[in-house]
Amino acid sequence: MSVTNPLPDGLADKGGPAQPLLIVRNLQKYFPVRGGILGGKKALVQAVDGVSFEVKKGETLGIVGESGCGKSTTARLLIGLIDKDKGEIIYDGQDLGGTLSLRDLRRGVQMVFQDSYASLNPRLTIEESIAFGARIQGLSDPVGRARRLMERVGLAPDRFAQRYPHEVSGGQRQRINIARALAMSPRLVVLDEAVSALDKSVEAQVLNLLADLRAEFGLTYIFISHDLNVVRYISDRILVMYLGEVVEIAPVDQIWSSQAHPYTRSLFSAMPSMDPDNRTMEPPLAGDPPNPINPPSGCRFHTRCRFAETVCKAKVPTLRPLSVGSEHLAACHLHDLGSGHSKAGKDVLA
Amino acid sequence: MAAVDTDILEEPVTESGKGYWSGVGARLMRDPVTLICMAVILLLILSAIFAPYLGLADPYKGSMIARLKPIGTPGHILGTDEQGRDMLVRLIYGGRLTLFIGLTPVVLAFFIGGTLGIVAGYAGGWVNTVIMRTVDVFFAFPSVLLAIAISGALGAGIVNSLVSLTIVFIPPITRVSEAVTSGVRALDYIDAARASGANALTVIRVHVIGNVLSPIFVYATSLTSVCMILAAGLSFLGIGVRPPEPEWGLMLNTLRSAIYVNPWLSALPGMMIFVTSLCLNLLSDGVRSAMNVRD
Amino acid sequence: MTGNLVDIRNLNVRFTGARTVHAINDLTLTLKQGETLALLGESGSGKSVTLKTLLRLLPPKRTQIDGEIEVNGVDVLTLSGKKLQAYRGEEVSMVFQEPGLALDPVYTVGDQIAESVMRHKGVRKEEALSTALDMLRRVRIPSPERRLRNYPHELSGGMLQRVMIALALACRPRLLLADEPTTALDATVQIQILLLLRDLQREFGMGVIFVTHDIGVAVEVSERIAVMYAGQIVEEGTTREVIKDPRHPYTRGLLAANLHDAARGARLNAIPGAPPSLDTRPDACSFAPRCPLAEPACRAALPPVHVPSDRRRVACIHANAFVAAE
Repeated sequence: MSVTNPLPDGLADKGGPAQPLLIVRNLQKYFPVRGGILGGKKALVQAVDGVSFEVKKGETLGIVGESGCGKSTTARLLIGLIDKDKGEIIYDGQDLGGTLSLRDLRRGVQMVFQDSYASLNPRLTIEESIAFGARIQGLSDPVGRARRLMERVGLAPDRFAQRYPHEVSGGQRQRINIARALAMSPRLVVLDEAVSALDKSVEAQVLNLLADLRAEFGLTYIFISHDLNVVRYISDRILVMYLGEVVEIAPVDQIWSSQAHPYTRSLFSAMPSMDPDNRTMEPPLAGDPPNPINPPSGCRFHTRCRFAETVCKAKVPTLRPLSVGSEHLAACHLHDLGSGHSKAGKDVLA
Repeated sequence: MAAVDTDILEEPVTESGKGYWSGVGARLMRDPVTLICMAVILLLILSAIFAPYLGLADPYKGSMIARLKPIGTPGHILGTDEQGRDMLVRLIYGGRLTLFIGLTPVVLAFFIGGTLGIVAGYAGGWVNTVIMRTVDVFFAFPSVLLAIAISGALGAGIVNSLVSLTIVFIPPITRVSEAVTSGVRALDYIDAARASGANALTVIRVHVIGNVLSPIFVYATSLTSVCMILAAGLSFLGIGVRPPEPEWGLMLNTLRSAIYVNPWLSALPGMMIFVTSLCLNLLSDGVRSAMNVRD
Repeated sequence: MTGNLVDIRNLNVRFTGARTVHAINDLTLTLKQGETLALLGESGSGKSVTLKTLLRLLPPKRTQIDGEIEVNGVDVLTLSGKKLQAYRGEEVSMVFQEPGLALDPVYTVGDQIAESVMRHKGVRKEEALSTALDMLRRVRIPSPERRLRNYPHELSGGMLQRVMIALALACRPRLLLADEPTTALDATVQIQILLLLRDLQREFGMGVIFVTHDIGVAVEVSERIAVMYAGQIVEEGTTREVIKDPRHPYTRGLLAANLHDAARGARLNAIPGAPPSLDTRPDACSFAPRCPLAEPACRAALPPVHVPSDRRRVACIHANAFVAAE
């Protein structure tokens, strides 16, 4: 391994295998909406509100949700591109802002963006783009690293090193972005809709590449996507977000066979059918997701939920295991016997 | 680990790996208007630089008996001015000062305004507010008035003209560079660079400047013609270059009285200003479209 | 004469300019009245160009078109002036991917629909407005009276797409062209719009050509699918035939890449490489460089078109071999 590994000098493991690579607690980010004559604060977009989750070493956590659910904001918070209002980010047992500096966090966590073109500087050659981070971090032989990584993601360095981003295809550009993220030898890679803009046939190639790299370098992924099929294929666990909050987390097989939160249920039912003899007859939800500027009170989904009762409007449900010790968590009064919901504990979703 | 390689085929690569600037050059070569303007400007600059070595007559020495000779007079191919000085020589020497006063403020404002704008655009927040609101104050005054007011306050003279014109051009350049910088700032590659741990200065140096410099530069080029006209205007009003220095705006002023006697002659400095500023404008348009990668 | 609503025969579209692109190569396609066809393909396959050619939206200066297009018996490629304007809107109309860009921000949605009705039907404003209201009802917009007076920026993405559909259908076109109308929408909104289009198609009895890159979307809305690759149709048939019995290797690859039945963690059978650049007219099978079954014959000449049954065709040497193999 040490011979073929093009990524020496990654950060050493600190917490041991049982320590989750990333713990997020009560993460919150509100964006002010400015307006009026004096440009004062008019309202707050509650982009991310009280989000908590863990990512174990070596696993892939998929995050799904619709636009405005806060999944991209969460990604940017995790890598310190925007400052959090509240909450803790703990990387390998070290608290960001406490024992862990932002600079060190960025050695350990890297990101791949959706738009392969906008995420490459048009004036830098491919080799320069990949080598930039390694150079900044003072790693040895940045150009050599860049060329080895190019080789590894399937771009012959002799043909591509001196080219510019506009000269290569979308799939190739996303390979470059992956190589660029890996040049810092991160242990966690946040993939924010990284394959969504690609054509289906190219997407499969990049997914194969991501799976290979994960095995080869022992990477941990946070994989953000709106495509449930893709998330199911690559992830070990799935986290579902709605209007800035986590509504459900579960291992893929469990959530695929039974969704505990009515929103997750609707999201899965909204997937187009692949069977011409069994097409969707009824849309699972009406209307668009509400605006995160003034999210509904209580459970934020209650305005669109067919099981909503007064309690849902009044009380915010907490994310809790479906049964003691279960890895399947949901934030819904239906699963909380003490919530006061008339159908609590009954299997109404099925 | 050869498994991945089965997914990749030799993909045709669209363009040859030539650099950005050779592409710009090739596009410029296909644009005759821009090429002609470039030639005219180049000729003016060269003649301005090498005027003393061309063996021309003394631009300051007049002749009381050869005043206001018409265009085409033997020995004075473009005639003589109200003090009998050769017009051709005066126009060539006038180009030196006019171009100098026209270009220097823009170059200075390009560096000062560009820096301010890039800092404001990249930093955002209160830094942006302070810089941009200050700039907005200057926008409250029309540029001509502002130039006249500052020049008037500082007194006539070449240096004072340069200072006042530089001040006039800093705000628009700042505004444009702030706008393009905040556009670039929003792109993912800036975030990717920040995520790699680079500090603001490095990100600006490597990732911002290269991508904002050309639009700011092109905008500044389009200001040179305005600056030249303003400089000539200041001289015309008597608060710029002082006689007997040859300068097109000043020459236009002093020849004003001859407009009924010899209209063609008195129009000559104005023609020079017109042709030069037109060429500068067309040139900057041409360069702008040649530098646009996406067509 | 043929009884088809749309008849495209041997269409070729070539873009000239700094680079020549052979966007559509010898495309033949028919659509019957009341039929919904999905044009399925990836970026650059020519599916959107086909739609734009049908509406004559391509810039004439940089486009060379030859072949024949008839819509309802009208020769589309020779239309001009008033006739072309009447054709767009009355015979054919289009729904775009980004309704926010296709609607005018300075007019209310009611005015925009009414304006189109007045222009094409020559009715008075009140009548046009009542048609607009009726259309908003038909696209199931809640409280349509109020929405009539809304500006586009006041509506959400799904609502805007409904307005766009109302605008497109206000003059009762015989043919509706839909260019990825749900791609920009959220999943729970996408399915609403797909089902709405399906219902409206039945209600109005119009023909629909629906361009998409998403097989699931095609399955939900269409009864026929034509798969495009490199400006050509490589496979065509009913939705059931194409999904359950794909014959072209590209169609099979696309179905596998949809991942709906991919085993978790298993290696994906990805189509290698990327689509061709189309700067020359294809003289062999365009898919051959990426095809696992390619043989020398595929690279030597254009593939034969197999017609296993009526209105079903596959442009592949191996089209019949698949049947034998299974």
